[in-house]
Amino acid sequence: MSKGLPETRTDAAMSELVPEPRPKPAVPMKPVSINSNLLGYIGIDTIIEQMRKKTMKTGFDFNIMVVGQSGLGKSTLVNTLFKSQVSRKASSWNREEKIPKTVEIKAIGHVIEEGGVKMKLTVIDTPGFGDQINNENCWEPIEKYINEQYEKFLKEEVNIARKKRIPDTRVHCCLYFISPTGHSLRPLDLEFMKHLSKVVNIIPVIAKADTMTLEEKSEFKQRVRKELEVNGIEFYPQKEFDEDLEDKTENDKIRQESMPFAVVGSDKEYQVNGKRVLGRKTPWGIIEVENLNHCEFALLRDFVIRTHLQDLKEVTHNIHYETYRAKRLNDNGGLPPGEGLLGTVLPPVPATPCPTAE
Amino acid sequence: MAVAVGRPSNEDLRNLSLSGHVGFDSLPDQLVNKSTSQGFCFNILCVGETGIGKSTLMDTLFNTKFENDPATHNEPGVRLKARSYELQESNVRLKLTIVDTVGFGDQINKDDSYKPIVEYIDAQFEAYLQEELKIKRSLFNYHDTRIHACLYFIAPTGHSLKSLDLVTMKKLDSKVNIIPIIAKADTIAKNELHKFKSKIMSELVSNGVQIYQFPTDEETVAEINATMSVHLPFAVVGSTEEVKIGNKMAKARQYPWGVVQVENENHCDFVKLREMLIRVNMEDLREQTHTRHYELYRRCKLEEMGFKDTDPDSKPFSLQETYEAKRNEFLGELQKKEEEMRQMFVMRVKEKEAELKEAEKELHEKFDLLKRTHQEEKKKVEDKKKELEEEVNNFQKKKAAAQLLQSQAQQAGAQQTKKDKDKKN
Repeated sequence: MSKGLPETRTDAAMSELVPEPRPKPAVPMKPVSINSNLLGYIGIDTIIEQMRKKTMKTGFDFNIMVVGQSGLGKSTLVNTLFKSQVSRKASSWNREEKIPKTVEIKAIGHVIEEGGVKMKLTVIDTPGFGDQINNENCWEPIEKYINEQYEKFLKEEVNIARKKRIPDTRVHCCLYFISPTGHSLRPLDLEFMKHLSKVVNIIPVIAKADTMTLEEKSEFKQRVRKELEVNGIEFYPQKEFDEDLEDKTENDKIRQESMPFAVVGSDKEYQVNGKRVLGRKTPWGIIEVENLNHCEFALLRDFVIRTHLQDLKEVTHNIHYETYRAKRLNDNGGLPPGEGLLGTVLPPVPATPCPTAE
Repeated sequence: MAVAVGRPSNEDLRNLSLSGHVGFDSLPDQLVNKSTSQGFCFNILCVGETGIGKSTLMDTLFNTKFENDPATHNEPGVRLKARSYELQESNVRLKLTIVDTVGFGDQINKDDSYKPIVEYIDAQFEAYLQEELKIKRSLFNYHDTRIHACLYFIAPTGHSLKSLDLVTMKKLDSKVNIIPIIAKADTIAKNELHKFKSKIMSELVSNGVQIYQFPTDEETVAEINATMSVHLPFAVVGSTEEVKIGNKMAKARQYPWGVVQVENENHCDFVKLREMLIRVNMEDLREQTHTRHYELYRRCKLEEMGFKDTDPDSKPFSLQETYEAKRNEFLGELQKKEEEMRQMFVMRVKEKEAELKEAEKELHEKFDLLKRTHQEEKKKVEDKKKELEEEVNNFQKKKAAAQLLQSQAQQAGAQQTKKDKDKKN
């Protein structure tokens, strides 16, 4: 009996808010490949040098978070990684200091320079994690902190008059310290990594690896890898972000053989074979931190600092931050969902159910 | 785009000294490697009259022959033609886009000549802004089409800038990096050239045109940029033909009175232009476009749309609050419209219903009428039938009566004849 009414059209209402539709250039672009090597030098490759000079001038930010129960050697490891007294707490752990009742987040910024490259390094410590009797939801303050940093960045980005360089306090890398039990991961470990691997790059690290023999170490690592896989925990480098075949093979090797890195940290130096090396002195020998036969610290350091530092930052910016941003802009209803922030395309408003006309 | 990082200077940062080699000095290399694998974009806009040598200069700069048919002088208006090319040198891939202004300066009335150019530049900014404002966006592999450098070709009159030039440059200087160049510089003698250059520069300054300033903040490039700036605007000659000079082939233009060598710094400033544009400042041009021109466009555009950072009481406004307000407003409007439509629908339905009810009633009435008529007819027919029957009955009676009479009459007749017969005898 009743004819159906056309769905509520949104086009007419949009004219005030919609800017002009995206115009196309006069002639559609047709990339034509021309190999200029044959015809003479132009100088395009100098852009690499230009870029490098610019970035050295601006400097870099790097924010690293360390998470793990007390006494696993987090502060020592950070000191060893950056070869300086980044965390003062390390060598003087005072028994009188109270273990915090909840997880605290302490971020301390440092400026280090090497080879003309200035880096602002922020180490975020999480004392109190996993130290309570009841550790339920102890990852929540950490997740909150990470999201707060994304929020801060988002607010700056969304401003009308933006700063020339938005200060980057987002956590680029989270080192999660696994206790070297030799058996498997603890429920707390799994819970933490499950929740946080979606918002930040997690690099699991087996702490105090000098308590395990080589066989125990490799078995433990295999078990840990298996458990992480079974639980669907994607640690950095995540499989889905491998860009090309080269990356994939390189990262596969790291994922399936080296990670999680079994490390030993130390900020004391000893004489070994005429060289001064960082190590731990025990009655049965000196454990050299940077010796690949003894522990995998050097691998961790090279991985995090020398090869993948920029990639850590990029994954944080292009993926984790974007995910947060998309969710935030969709959820709180502060902005119209759909493609255009300013309403270029709204999804059709769900068709109003026709009033039954009997 | 490399992620720009900032260092807030008012934070309490500790300076640490390293006791060994950490290894983050490889960071610029890591960054550069990433960018190299992605490739770079560079977009040049060439503004100048038809036939002034734009295409030739591009060919000369990039050492290739971009296929280009020379434009005619009969264009009704200015239009922009963009062409993209992929160039590769060692391991650097460059996506080069050259945008040409076809028909510039050819019309009789040139009032609106600058408009298509400004529109095009704005359109590229708009596209980037739209992408940036999307909820699900992918900025890191966005093909950047924003114009990084605008080469403005000045005709070599030898006197001064044309008014069209001034007007156009004034409109473009806040949107793009303008690099003015004197085209076909081989038509000007050296002494005239010097005067021409200073005249142009002073005109630009007096009219407040902001041309691109080569950056002098970094030591390595400051010197070269400073020396080069003195020669602005560059007087260039373009040529893709090669002429034998000495024992080498060089790009040159051959005249009866001599050969103008493109790459000879005494002859023209082509080499300087190439140095400045490509080998020294390409990255800076890209950065300026992004941090200055694009930000300005974005700011203006967002302010235009009614978003503010601070409200009249200068309390910081969250952009989201504004969005929320606008969204609610918009949703409210939508709801109102929805309501209206719904009401209209309901009204229509009611009307239709009424109509149909009317029709139904009519039909019923008709039916009733028909029924009645039918009944009446039936009754009439029955009446007639009765009448007929009665008549038939009557007739039968009459017939019977008549027959009786007849038979009586016959009998009486027969008797009479008998009597008569008897009498006769």
